Amino acid sequence: MKMKENMVTVYIMGEAYDVPDSSTIITAMEYAGFQLTTGIGCREGFCGACATIYREKGDYKLKGALACQTVVTDGMTLAQIPFMPSEKPIYNLQEITADINTVKELFPTIFRCVSCNTCTKACPQDIEVMDYIQALKKGNIAEAADISFDCIRCGLCALRCPAEIVQYNAATLARRLYGRYLAKKSPEVDESIKEIEDGKYDKELDDLTKMDRKTLSEKYYSRETKLR
Amino acid sequence: MYPDYMLESIKQVEKTRPERYELSKKYGKQVFPPMNEKERDDILTNFHPDYKDDALTEIKIGPNKGEKLTSAVSNMLESHTRIDPAKFDLNKPDHETDVLIIGAGSAGMSAAITAAGNGSEVLIATKLRLGDSNSMMAQGGIQAADQKDDSPVLHYLDIMGGGHFDNQPDLVKAFVKDAPLAIKWLSDLGVMFDKNPDGSMMVKPGGGTCRSRMHSTRDYTGAGICRVLRDEVYNLPDKIKYLEYSPIVELILDDKGQAAGAISYHLGTKQYSVIKAKTVIIATGGFGRLHIRGYETSNHYGATADGLMLAYRAGVKLSFMDSVQYHPTGAVYPEQILGFLCTEKIRTMGAQPVNKNGELFVYPLEPRDIEASSFIRESTERNLGVTTPSGLKGIWLDSPLVDMINGEGSINKYLPAMYRQYSRFDIDIAKYPMLVFPTLHYQNGGVQINDNAETTIPGLYVAGEATGGVHGRNRLMGNSQMDLIVFGRRSGLHASERAKKGVDFGKMSLEHVYSYEKEVNKINIDKKKIAPILLPDYIPNHVKEKQVDTEYFGTLR
Repeated sequence: MKMKENMVTVYIMGEAYDVPDSSTIITAMEYAGFQLTTGIGCREGFCGACATIYREKGDYKLKGALACQTVVTDGMTLAQIPFMPSEKPIYNLQEITADINTVKELFPTIFRCVSCNTCTKACPQDIEVMDYIQALKKGNIAEAADISFDCIRCGLCALRCPAEIVQYNAATLARRLYGRYLAKKSPEVDESIKEIEDGKYDKELDDLTKMDRKTLSEKYYSRETKLR
Repeated sequence: MYPDYMLESIKQVEKTRPERYELSKKYGKQVFPPMNEKERDDILTNFHPDYKDDALTEIKIGPNKGEKLTSAVSNMLESHTRIDPAKFDLNKPDHETDVLIIGAGSAGMSAAITAAGNGSEVLIATKLRLGDSNSMMAQGGIQAADQKDDSPVLHYLDIMGGGHFDNQPDLVKAFVKDAPLAIKWLSDLGVMFDKNPDGSMMVKPGGGTCRSRMHSTRDYTGAGICRVLRDEVYNLPDKIKYLEYSPIVELILDDKGQAAGAISYHLGTKQYSVIKAKTVIIATGGFGRLHIRGYETSNHYGATADGLMLAYRAGVKLSFMDSVQYHPTGAVYPEQILGFLCTEKIRTMGAQPVNKNGELFVYPLEPRDIEASSFIRESTERNLGVTTPSGLKGIWLDSPLVDMINGEGSINKYLPAMYRQYSRFDIDIAKYPMLVFPTLHYQNGGVQINDNAETTIPGLYVAGEATGGVHGRNRLMGNSQMDLIVFGRRSGLHASERAKKGVDFGKMSLEHVYSYEKEVNKINIDKKKIAPILLPDYIPNHVKEKQVDTEYFGTLR
């Protein structure tokens, strides 16, 4: 009887199942007996594989969510989206420029954005998707890269977009352009590579690889710690 | 939000917080004395799960026969094959390629991009989609000694000390020397590393590091790297082909004992395919979904140690398979995120672990096995943990300190994934601490390789978490991400070079599958115990009781 109190009824593709009320959409489906091989991935909200749509009791709205991050409610109707077949343009990052011309050429569809904000409302990461599309339209790649940073490429924005934009692929381009061309250079990385290539540490490293355990341990425990 | 009784304990944490904040202003990260060698040995022996009586079991068959391995691993390796070798005509391959890569996390995709760049044709076969991996879920950072106050020598010492000096020296040397180069390679591919206003890398310390060398992309470091690599793979369609939902179930060798390909299995259509390849790279990741000792895990759905089984059945030895990494800070509340990773970066940014009375009890940045063991001691022997409504124990990770130390808004800016994860359950980690306990996180050991990522089977390479040696018996934060890139690239280059030289193949063979099967039969293993496992089985018994004519083959039906 007590067990029953902690159960809710969900409808998986229309069929009723009683599942624990602490279930996420993923664990509810497994509890019901579905062995998942698509629409499932990291189970922790980082991979975007489990983007899904659902409807709550008494509500007509279809809502988007990550199935692994969404707790079921009584009367919820669940489904799975196994795969997002979105188009992705092919490019060679090393041969393109970090400006609006690249954006225009690779993602002409973003200029169809009607600023309806449906993408932002669809995003399970609460990213201001429309804002980064607007930034990209103006050629502001740095801003688009920053706003879209937490994108896990689940595809729900593209699924709901009435202008049929594939926002998350445009965001990936923006971040890669930023990382490759617009971020300030870090000269210390090149300097450290040069030192290594010049063999500056070879002797010391070779000695360490041959060092007996006791000497190595003494060296380790006596090393100075300087943290920033 | 937390229930009332937990909020009572949080009051104790809030009470001691100003004092602990003062300590951090005075001593930086060292708000509690780090342990010496003897203290480390003692706490591991008494509290680390690897030291429990039943932690290890002698394996009865295969290359490590007679050695004691982690019990769940021994058990998995003593399994039947999924295939009947007689049913395959190896002379009629469905796919042919220069380099076959098994797995598409950051190691596999680094290997693919490198091999393709070196002029080889590449085929990736992966269990779910490209990029679906533990790599994508890593948060805290990636280590490279590229700062003025640092050196590969210090990085080497940190790795060896963290691994208790058992690590394979040639691998560690290759690792520390390649690391800065890997950062440059990733930057050139467009990874957005966190930087200071002057452009220099924003680096943080990690557990067991003597310098700040943790590079990051906010707290999406794994994704920050892996999604770039995936996009690059997508951009090379002429050179890199890929098969998704297609795990590999066996390797194919030739009668000279060289790697010659593999058998894949499509999870949707249930068809097997024969893949012929000049060289093969295993990059299948680790074993978190084996739920060793019943632990919850931070790992991906597909982390079932497939690569260990593939290589072991083909005759390659495993190293350090007697050790398991439990990440100190897995979530224990709320229940829906049980076992999820709370990145070490929270501690590198100043958060302190405290007991139910709000007292410090350990240096916040010990190597992971030491830190985890101290959490276990605090909540068992000392009984100073906090009990959750479902009866689990936890330690407070005092996250509000991060904003106090680094300025208001720092959590939101530098730990957005963590902030979002808890916000979903109405907990603001900038205001309230997080309840954590060790979670099954990483496969320290794995398939033995040399510094070219080669195994003892010519043409067979392994990279990433599936390998053993670099990290000894305990990996430090940020060294797995670097491992994926360094040995992913090395494996890709060397596999491609071998393929380019041309391989003089003998007859394609599954003889190793037959002979291993004979050994399995000798020790009377249940016919339904199959490995590679491919996916964990989470179907509850009340469902299985009603699946009256359903056959489970291993974990899959």
